[in-house]
Amino acid sequence: MSLSPFGTSAEIGEILEAGEAHAIEGRSPLRLALARLRTDRVAWIAAGMIVAMALLALFAPVISAVTGHSPYNPDLINGTNGFGQPYGPGQAGFLLGTDNLGRDVMVRVAYGARISLLVGVLATLLATIGGTALGLVSGYFGGWVDALLARLMDAVLSFPYVLAAIVLAAVFGGSLGLTIAVIAFFSWAAIGRIVRGQTLSQKEKEYVEAARSIGAGSFRIMFVDILPNLVAPVLVLGTLLVPVAIVFEATLDYLGVGVGPPTPTWGNMLADDQGSAGFGAWWFWVFPSIALLITTLGFNLLGDSVRDALDPRTERIFATRRKVPAVADLDASAGAGGLDNAVERP
Amino acid sequence: MAERSPFAPPPPGEQKQLAHQPSGETLLRIEHVVKHFPIRRGIFFKRQIGSVQAVEDVSLEVRRGETLGLVGETGCGKSTLARCITRLHPLTSGRVVFDGVDISRLSPGQMRPYRRRMQMIFQDPYGSLNPRRRVGSIIGDPLSIHHVASGPERTRRVQELMEIVGLNPEHYNRFPSEFSGGQRQRIGVARALALHPSLVVCDEPVSALDVSVQAQIINLLEDLQGELGLTYVFIAHDLGVVEHVSDRVAVMYLGKVVELAETAELFGSPRHPYTAALLSASMIADPERARSSHRVVLHGDVPSPINPPTGCRFHTRCPKAQAICSAEEPPLQVQAGDPSGHLTACHFPVLRGETLVASTPEFHPAAGGFAAAAPDTGVEGGG
Repeated sequence: MSLSPFGTSAEIGEILEAGEAHAIEGRSPLRLALARLRTDRVAWIAAGMIVAMALLALFAPVISAVTGHSPYNPDLINGTNGFGQPYGPGQAGFLLGTDNLGRDVMVRVAYGARISLLVGVLATLLATIGGTALGLVSGYFGGWVDALLARLMDAVLSFPYVLAAIVLAAVFGGSLGLTIAVIAFFSWAAIGRIVRGQTLSQKEKEYVEAARSIGAGSFRIMFVDILPNLVAPVLVLGTLLVPVAIVFEATLDYLGVGVGPPTPTWGNMLADDQGSAGFGAWWFWVFPSIALLITTLGFNLLGDSVRDALDPRTERIFATRRKVPAVADLDASAGAGGLDNAVERP
Repeated sequence: MAERSPFAPPPPGEQKQLAHQPSGETLLRIEHVVKHFPIRRGIFFKRQIGSVQAVEDVSLEVRRGETLGLVGETGCGKSTLARCITRLHPLTSGRVVFDGVDISRLSPGQMRPYRRRMQMIFQDPYGSLNPRRRVGSIIGDPLSIHHVASGPERTRRVQELMEIVGLNPEHYNRFPSEFSGGQRQRIGVARALALHPSLVVCDEPVSALDVSVQAQIINLLEDLQGELGLTYVFIAHDLGVVEHVSDRVAVMYLGKVVELAETAELFGSPRHPYTAALLSASMIADPERARSSHRVVLHGDVPSPINPPTGCRFHTRCPKAQAICSAEEPPLQVQAGDPSGHLTACHFPVLRGETLVASTPEFHPAAGGFAAAAPDTGVEGGG
């Protein structure tokens, strides 16, 4: 370390007087994790998949405008051939073909991506926030609060959620809002349980006692002191929950209790296909399935990479990491400094 | 480092005595403090099946400006007592009177102003600093919790504190993992000093550090005491450290104070057999003197605090124990021939010049080999 750890007191005095100490940057654990993530090929591929899907969703109206095909309205005149049969991929200007009502499959897949990503991200966000808050409260306070919340989590996790969703859809009618609410409700407990367990172990640490001894209240200890220590597991779990939510949404739509027609979703596109599979219209189901596969695979791979990046000790399942010396240096120099030996006692 | 920036004066209205004044005035009085931890069993209906008697009827006084050392073996209740003083544990019974106010029954809200005035330095410099928060936030926490300073003012004061404890103020943006053990303990000291406390409870502040770093931290604490007029309750199990820093020393055994005296008095003429054994076991960094020193070897383990011995708690291991010791608990009082202020809880205090081991053949039959090897000299090797 060529860097002198301590200036003269005059220098420090100047710095203090100037009011803006030129601070030496600390490397937060998250930044170190991000640096590791950047060296991960799989993470880049996964991110590429997700970005591609996001772009598809974002530009769905543009695709619709350019092709002139509506995602909603059946068009038996332009969308089917003279015998009333749908076009296959590449026929009559339909890149991915049309469905049995003459609608462009490509436009509908693109619009389906909007629903899938919206539901996946929004439901996961709600579930993560709710699960984290309730898990923290449950683990931190313990006692009857914990008993109540922990049993509630068990109940939610053991509930037959598809049945519940069908009943709710039957009562309230399927809608985007309800779908998100149902998915969030059945997902928060998974995060809540992990957060509760982590909180139980974190609250025994001495830093929590230190916070109490300086007069911090329970709320502050939970959300300022403990929460930052839970970011890693919550981030990993949240990322891995997105594909689950997307598949959940597709399942509900497939069963006809999700967002519902005429809004195109990958789930109801797959359901529509069932009646037509007889005459060999494979493009009905192949393209929504591929879109679903790419999205869920992307999020799953990213989740794995995030976990590897946050906890470098876990065993990696896929691919190797490129060797980037900068990261090794970051890790190695993190503990160095040796100020104790350099400080002169007055 | 020729000079230090002066410690910022406290804001008006909360002026405190900052000069070092080892006066006779009592800052903290602990009266008959008892702390039991219940042991519960059962899944749904937890019933109490016993309790760990961690601290049993301890009374102490801490004078303003002094350092009271608290020594004893692991598990004797030192740290529990510290946490009772700072109200991190609720008391089972007894009173803690801080600066004339009984704080033992205050609500968390009522306790807040007193939290500002008594702070704690923890043993583990790794566990006591939040690994996910920046050092500046950790040290500045007390300032924001008590609304003392915020924004640039808070940053300025944090950097000032860092300089006072010998850290580079430029490092306030770093994380605890980027510091060494000694530096981390300095961070803990800075955090404890942020609110200008009058009492600092140091719970084994140097036990987890290298010896060379220990000296740095101890010197730092002593300097700060002189500059800021701090009062310390200093817990340690290293007798050398305690002898060095303390004005008075209290020895604890199994939840009770067995002896309390001025440091020189206690180390010079220990009256309680446990203290004598403890002192004889401490390391002497001089082979010549070490060879000629008498070591009192206690046999057996410390009894369980769940079911402590009757009478004097030390009687099961005491070389001088007699029948009365297991029946009647000796009070903590001045023994004949001692100056006032030297309190010992013993029926048969050690006499000046008395060699303990010589009088204890019947209490360690298992170690007969040792006793037989050197029965006349009264010196026991090994141990």
